[in-house]
Amino acid sequence: MTHPIPPGTRDVLPDEMRELRMLQARLAEVFEGFGYGEVATPTVEYDEVLARAAAGAPAAYRFFDERGALLALRSDLTAPIARLVANRFASSEPPFRFFYNARAYRAVRPQRGQAGEFFQAGIELVGSPAPEGTAEVLEVLSAALDAAGLRRAVIGLGDAALYRQLLEELGVGEDDRARLLALLASHDHVGLDMEVSGLALSDSEKRLLMRVPMLRGGPEVLDEARELGGEAMARALERLSGTYEAAAERGIGDRLSLDLGLLRDLGYYTGAILEVYDPALGHVLGGGGRYDELMGRFGRPLPAVGFALFLERLHIAQAEEERIAEEEVGR
Amino acid sequence: MSGVARPTAALSQGPLRLAVPRGALLEETLDALDRIGADTAEVRGDSRSLIFEAGDLVLVTMRPSDVPTYVEAGAADVGITGKDVLMEQSDRVFYEISDLAYGGCRMVLAGPGGEDRLAEQERRLGALRIATKYPRIAERYFDDTGRAAEVIEVKGSVELAPVSGLADAIVDLVDTGRTLADNGLVIREEIASSTARLIANRVAHKLRAKEIDDLVERLREATT
Repeated sequence: MTHPIPPGTRDVLPDEMRELRMLQARLAEVFEGFGYGEVATPTVEYDEVLARAAAGAPAAYRFFDERGALLALRSDLTAPIARLVANRFASSEPPFRFFYNARAYRAVRPQRGQAGEFFQAGIELVGSPAPEGTAEVLEVLSAALDAAGLRRAVIGLGDAALYRQLLEELGVGEDDRARLLALLASHDHVGLDMEVSGLALSDSEKRLLMRVPMLRGGPEVLDEARELGGEAMARALERLSGTYEAAAERGIGDRLSLDLGLLRDLGYYTGAILEVYDPALGHVLGGGGRYDELMGRFGRPLPAVGFALFLERLHIAQAEEERIAEEEVGR
Repeated sequence: MSGVARPTAALSQGPLRLAVPRGALLEETLDALDRIGADTAEVRGDSRSLIFEAGDLVLVTMRPSDVPTYVEAGAADVGITGKDVLMEQSDRVFYEISDLAYGGCRMVLAGPGGEDRLAEQERRLGALRIATKYPRIAERYFDDTGRAAEVIEVKGSVELAPVSGLADAIVDLVDTGRTLADNGLVIREEIASSTARLIANRVAHKLRAKEIDDLVERLREATT
């Protein structure tokens, strides 16, 4: 006789747990080396407190406590840590550097092999503005990927406001802007091209709007974008190229892939956004970015930036990289 | 914000893996691939294999509705399938990068010929019964147009549903419209039009950008 467990959950047995713990320990060592301190927050919080993060990942599991208050399982650690900073560090001098190794919860779609409960490892840097704060976080992320044995991993770097600003510079109206950004966020470049063709813009401006989401790669994409778009483009690019330069000065330029079309979702990101890829895996390993307005919603307006890695995916990529390396040695 | 996919598939290391749809789009897809210099003779032959090497591509053949599944997981780097399939699976995450323009057809609402009695049926019975292979497209369409529908998913010939009394009308993909006519059905409303699309895995789109952009360019030249 077997007893079911809810969809999206699973048991972790000793062999896997040992490797996950080892991975967590390596990441913790990197984070601590950069001066980040580990925090743990409650798995359940009041729903209205987490919901203050507004456009962030909404909680999927909610229930009532014994007094009838609505609780929620956290969907990431960013909102709980924003709350923690506002509560516990209200009179302390920023910046604050925190890291976590914790479980988070999201809804699962049936029969898609998704995890509703998963480990995240990540950092939050609160009170350090762009571009230096962003560059620091990128450097920590790069070191964490090395420590996990993912030397081939790439960090995609974009800017959440770049395309929006470009549309504003070109005088595209608010309704059109919202529609175009929604298409970009859902990665529908065909739909985006169709909408752009219908705008009252010059042919070269339309070409620019169709081309920008395709621009990704080394620093040469910045030059190509400037060539295509002149002044308006150059202004929209300012922040991204500033972030890239600050990161390159820290020696991690080679690890970055600039991505002018990157838009993770229409969530709380305000400036730089990032995604992590490894050639051994078809899924994104993690992501993050700047959320300079989030802390304000918890009553402590401070610029902030961070990232989260999906630990189980990192583990699969690590195993896959090891297998590939062994194959190469065997040859 | 949905759950976190548990990945098992590794991205391919060698040539780009292209998911190729078997069925109605196969012929034109292979023609386009021939024109960009990928030899598809083996796929056209009577081999029972599912994976073929073709020039600088590896072709992975499958049902059109499986293409988004393979591409989302990275088991194929890129894939070709109809917009109808992408609309039905709109919750999957991938880059839709090119309209290949061929394989044009329409998603329609069709009902029995003669006087249009659908509105009257909805008014008197509260909801229309709609049979379809595209339940999500059908539900979204009736939601968007503010009508009540009871959507019934069927796997086989959907034209059978109104003829046999299972449903009042159908939502289906129509090419020439002959099958509809043969079963006494007529198009009542057009929901969307569809053509073949090229989609890319999220990670491959970044890490194999040059190869993928090059494929988009070559396919664009070959299909227009």
